[in-house]
Amino acid sequence: MDFSKHKHVVVIYPHPDDESFGTAGTITKFRQAGVPVTYLCGTLGEMGRNMGQPTFANRESLPEIRKEELQNACEVLDMDLVMLGLRDKTIEFESRDEIAERLKKYIEQLEATLVITFYPPYAVHPDHDALGAAAFEAVKRIDKNKRPELWANAFIANREDYIGHPDIVIDTIDVFDTKVKALEQHRSQVEGMLSQLTDGEKPLNKNERILSRFQYETYYTVDVDSVPF
Amino acid sequence: MKAIQLEEVQSYIDKLANEEVYIHLETTNGAYAKAFDPNAYNVGAYIRNAKLTYTRGKIVKGEDAYRVGLKHEIGWIYAEGLTDYEITDQDQLLLAGHDREGRLMAALQISRIPFSN
Ligand SMILES: [Zn+2]
Repeated sequence: MDFSKHKHVVVIYPHPDDESFGTAGTITKFRQAGVPVTYLCGTLGEMGRNMGQPTFANRESLPEIRKEELQNACEVLDMDLVMLGLRDKTIEFESRDEIAERLKKYIEQLEATLVITFYPPYAVHPDHDALGAAAFEAVKRIDKNKRPELWANAFIANREDYIGHPDIVIDTIDVFDTKVKALEQHRSQVEGMLSQLTDGEKPLNKNERILSRFQYETYYTVDVDSVPF
Repeated sequence: MKAIQLEEVQSYIDKLANEEVYIHLETTNGAYAKAFDPNAYNVGAYIRNAKLTYTRGKIVKGEDAYRVGLKHEIGWIYAEGLTDYEITDQDQLLLAGHDREGRLMAALQISRIPFSN
C-alpha cells in the first residue's frame, strides 16, 4: 500500500488506548511516509474498570492518569491529539447530530483525505458504535467531491456474516516495536489485560502475546451512501 | 487505594451523616463480558452525584469483602463487594471492590462537594 498518497489522516475513537490496540501500526506507517495524523479522542475512559495491576488508579484519579497515558501514546505515535471532552459510556445518549457536526468541522479544517473509525454496530462497545456512527455521519455530510476515504474497524465475533472480510489488512510486524511501545503507555489499562492473553496452553512472552492478537490491523473501506448506520 | 480499615471507614461515614452529600454508586462487569462469553450479559449501572442526606450508615465485613448501607430520608443506598478505600485530599471517601485482576466491580463514594463530572 502507498501510504504517502494521503495528505492528512484523521483517526476518531472514543477511548484512550483504542488507537494503540487497533491502529498504532497503521498510524506509524502513515507517519513514516510523512503523512500527518490527528487523533480525535472522544473521552478519557473515565469509567474504565481496569485500575492497573496491581491497582494504582481509582475512579476519581483515572481520568487524569489516562489523559497522560493518551498524551504519551500520541507522542510515541508522533500524531496530533484533540480531546473531544465527551464522557465514557455516554456517547450513545448524546446527540449524534451535534457530534457529527463537530467531527465534520475537524475533518474539513484538517483537510483529511482519510478518516479511520469504528464500524457501527460491529465494534462491541456502545461508545465505539456511537462515535463510529457519528463519524460516518460526519463524512456523509461532506460534499461527495471533497469526501475523505473512510476506513472502519469491526470486531464483533460474527462480523463476517454481515459485512464479509475486511478489504484492508495491514501487517504491522515491521513497526511492531512502536505499537508495543504505544500500548505500554496505557499502563492502567493494558497491564492486566495483556497478562490474560494466552495462545491456548502455550505460555507466551509479552511481545508474543501482543503479536498473536494485534499483528494485523484490518479495515473495511466504507461508502457511507451505501451502508446503513 | 488500600485494603478497607473498618473503623476508619465507619468513622468517616458517621462524620458525614445528617449533612448533604454527593454519592457516586456504580457496579459493572465491564463492556466486554459478552464479547468474551456469548452467554454472559454486560451488566452495569452508575449514578454520578446523587445529592442526599443519610441519617445512618454502616460498614459490615462479609466473607471476603465489605458491605455498606446508608439509610436516607426516603430510602437506602447499598453496595457490596467492596475491598479497598481511600480518603482523597478533598476529603472524599472512595470505596471500591476489585476482582483478582484488579478490575473494578463496584464503587461507592461519598463527598461533601460534587464529584467532577
Ligand atoms: Zn474503546
